[in-house]
Amino acid sequence: MTLTLTRRAALAGLGGALALPAIRPSFAQGAPIKVGVLHSLSGTMAISETALRDTVLMMVEWANSQGGVLGRRLEAVVVDPASNWPLFAEKARELLAVSKVDVTFGCWTSVSRKSVLPVFEELNGLLFYPVQYEGEEQSRNVFYTGAAPNQQAIPAVEYLMGKDGGEARRIALLGTDYVYPRTTNRILRAYLNSKGIADADIMEEYTPFGHSDWQGIVSRVKRFAGEGKRTAIVSTINGDANVPFYRELGNQGIKAEDIPCVAFSVGEEELAGIDTRPLVGHLAAWNYFMSVPGKPNDDFKAMWRAYIRNDRRVTNDPMEATYTGFRMWLQAVAKAGSTNVDPVREAMYGQKVMAPCGYEEEMRRNHHLTKPVMIGEVMENGQFNIVFKTPDAIPAENWSPFIPENASRRG
Amino acid sequence: MTRILVLLAFLASALPAAAQDAFLDALPGLAGSFGAQAEAVERLGASGDPRALPVLRALSDGRLLRRDAALLLNGADAATGAPADAAGAEPVRINNRVRAALRGALGRLQLVSANPDERLAAADAVFRSRSAENIPGLEAAIARETVPRVRDRQALALAASRLVAADPGIKRQGIATLGEASSEDARALLLEARAANPELAAEIDAAVAAIDGRLAFKRAAETLFQGLSLGSVLLLAALGLAITFGVMGVINMAHGEFVMLGAYTTFVVQEALRGIPWLLPWSLPLSVPAAFLVAGLAGAALERGLIRHLYGRPLETLLMTFGVGMILQQAVRLAFGAQNREVLSPSWMQGTLSLPGGILITQNRLWVIVFSLLVLGLAFAAIRLTRFGLEMRAVVQNRRTAATMGIRTGRVDALTFAFGSGIAGMAGVALSQIDNVSPNLGTGYIIDSFMVVVFGGVGSLVGTLVGAMGLGVLNKVIEPWAGAVLAKVAVLVVIMLFIQRRPRGLFALRGRAAEA
Repeated sequence: MTLTLTRRAALAGLGGALALPAIRPSFAQGAPIKVGVLHSLSGTMAISETALRDTVLMMVEWANSQGGVLGRRLEAVVVDPASNWPLFAEKARELLAVSKVDVTFGCWTSVSRKSVLPVFEELNGLLFYPVQYEGEEQSRNVFYTGAAPNQQAIPAVEYLMGKDGGEARRIALLGTDYVYPRTTNRILRAYLNSKGIADADIMEEYTPFGHSDWQGIVSRVKRFAGEGKRTAIVSTINGDANVPFYRELGNQGIKAEDIPCVAFSVGEEELAGIDTRPLVGHLAAWNYFMSVPGKPNDDFKAMWRAYIRNDRRVTNDPMEATYTGFRMWLQAVAKAGSTNVDPVREAMYGQKVMAPCGYEEEMRRNHHLTKPVMIGEVMENGQFNIVFKTPDAIPAENWSPFIPENASRRG
Repeated sequence: MTRILVLLAFLASALPAAAQDAFLDALPGLAGSFGAQAEAVERLGASGDPRALPVLRALSDGRLLRRDAALLLNGADAATGAPADAAGAEPVRINNRVRAALRGALGRLQLVSANPDERLAAADAVFRSRSAENIPGLEAAIARETVPRVRDRQALALAASRLVAADPGIKRQGIATLGEASSEDARALLLEARAANPELAAEIDAAVAAIDGRLAFKRAAETLFQGLSLGSVLLLAALGLAITFGVMGVINMAHGEFVMLGAYTTFVVQEALRGIPWLLPWSLPLSVPAAFLVAGLAGAALERGLIRHLYGRPLETLLMTFGVGMILQQAVRLAFGAQNREVLSPSWMQGTLSLPGGILITQNRLWVIVFSLLVLGLAFAAIRLTRFGLEMRAVVQNRRTAATMGIRTGRVDALTFAFGSGIAGMAGVALSQIDNVSPNLGTGYIIDSFMVVVFGGVGSLVGTLVGAMGLGVLNKVIEPWAGAVLAKVAVLVVIMLFIQRRPRGLFALRGRAAEA
């Protein structure tokens, strides 16, 4: 696939009788392959999801510059489900039934994924979901390119309880009120209990999407920390509610050395809207940070900056997962020789990509990627200082052993 | 022979000359793992060496560089002081564990600083570092200290350090002093010590109970403040509506979008002032009149262009203003993007203010309360004291009589609506400090605004004030044991029950106007 577009077109024009190999028909032939983009461009999740739309568009442009796939051009179909969960299902149906897309990249919140799941299963669509989530799911129509709890949440809490993380023995679980935080916290509570932390040492609080008044909760966390045991916050707060939350942490003087806060949904993009100076040392757990050294990441960042034409825009973990998923899908389509969902699904298993995080990631038969775990501390410039990473990419346990009713299920 | 050598080596290491090199011994650890760094920082802090302070400060600010194992500071080798080229060197990275050790070590070295603020910060840092080795330094510092507020903190730090001493008598002294404090930190330290010293449990429990007694008052005061703060936000959001809906009876669903316009005006003013650094800290006060004008003009245009054609048709007004709200949202989204915009907080609005009794109040919330009361005063004065207010009240009470008296009712309608919208814009300036400046900023406040106005009594500014503050405090009192989500639900239920009993709200208007 190294031929340039012009040379390929010229070749095709020169000899129509020249039989090209089946996987490489001429670029001009066939209708374009349609790539659906199902990300909120407005509403409370726009802060996080807009960059993912741009990433998919960047990948489409990149794939076309490489000559497309199967000799066909790619074409993006963008819709805006507006952070409105039922609308996600309607837009998904529109993409599959009206626009007849071959693949869809989309969703951030688990509630939106749960909303579109029946539509993708009914119409046998193909969804790439790029965000870390709570697990307990495995649809044959979805490939999960973000982390499962054992690739993010559990290692992060383990770190907080270790020597480097401050040996926390009391944990405040703060989250937005929907399925992802509630399930993750259920897993974490079972995990903490198994590590000898009693329920009395766990605080759990939920707030609505877009919550802005954090004074009461932050002062309750302070009180919770005043019981003579090292305390840490585990945040599954999603969307723009994070901005007033971190502002309140800063204003109430909660320093990372005293009560570190580790977040699972806050990356470089979310920090771009906040004054990060009071937040230095607070943590985030992901599988990629923009500050990862190495060529794969340098290439990825250069590609993003060239596409977005703005040196100040950042990259983050879900963007990396979108990129990795897109490349795998391209490889699978080339291998299957078709964009039909069933052959592509078979071809996806075992696909490997050298991801920007610097590790080779593999799609397993459980529809999840192997991923490294990284923990970063917020630096003054809004980037992350990576203080911990696993030596290898680890396989996902999407059915958590800490959820009793599903523990026996294995992908 | 070997024994003698070992003995000699031991003696040599105990000699003062060798001890001075504790600095050089510890320094290479800073280039090691986080664990090695933390240990090296502690040793540097304990060395008392004057060379340690600049190195530790540089490490904490990210100015200490490393190339392989060599540490560089200000273009020189940190160990030898010889000039060194900083090219290719990277800042030494630290984590929370090292940062905590640094805070303790820096605190220890700065206890005798010439600057009282530094001494205060040092005392607080030592308070948290939990090391009995700090006791002599603290005792010396307290003996010399002249500033009372610094001495108080040093006494607390000394008590905290005594708590981890070996001698139970010294421990008891520490417990007694900490028991007189009224802070959660002191309580946490005592409880930490309780687990380690079961024999002192009785004393510690008594001290903790004493702290709890004082904390109960502090917590009640803080809850009240948080309630008033939430109330002031509700008041700001609802005040404009109290005029457009309460006085004029227009159901304006685009009210939240006027608030949002005010917040974006704040952002625009801030960006415009970026070129003038000395004015930038004042961009917030300057935004207040600008936001009033922008939202007021938008309100006047809406009233003259659309609403006046729909007077007396509340359902159509509701639908039409709802549509206008969506158009405004989308227009802002197209102009500024869907991403949130960052409005900076001036330094005088950041951090906390501590009142006597250890009550902590966040500055930005305090300013919002003050601002909301100022805006309320302004609205009240405009309605009660100006000619425009007189005409407005006349038109509201009896439109036809007012018209026969020569009042141009159409103009008064437009001005009243513009005034209410302008107040919404001013609310947006304040909300930009505590919420996200995004196109859907207003949607979060529209329901709350109507709730406050209806609860307080339609047409009554005093009702709006009492309603907003009452709902704010009620919400914050319920929140600790019901959670943020249920607290909101509970408040809604309370309002529904209340409206059932008193459909006209807290402060019902009486007289002919109310019957019309």
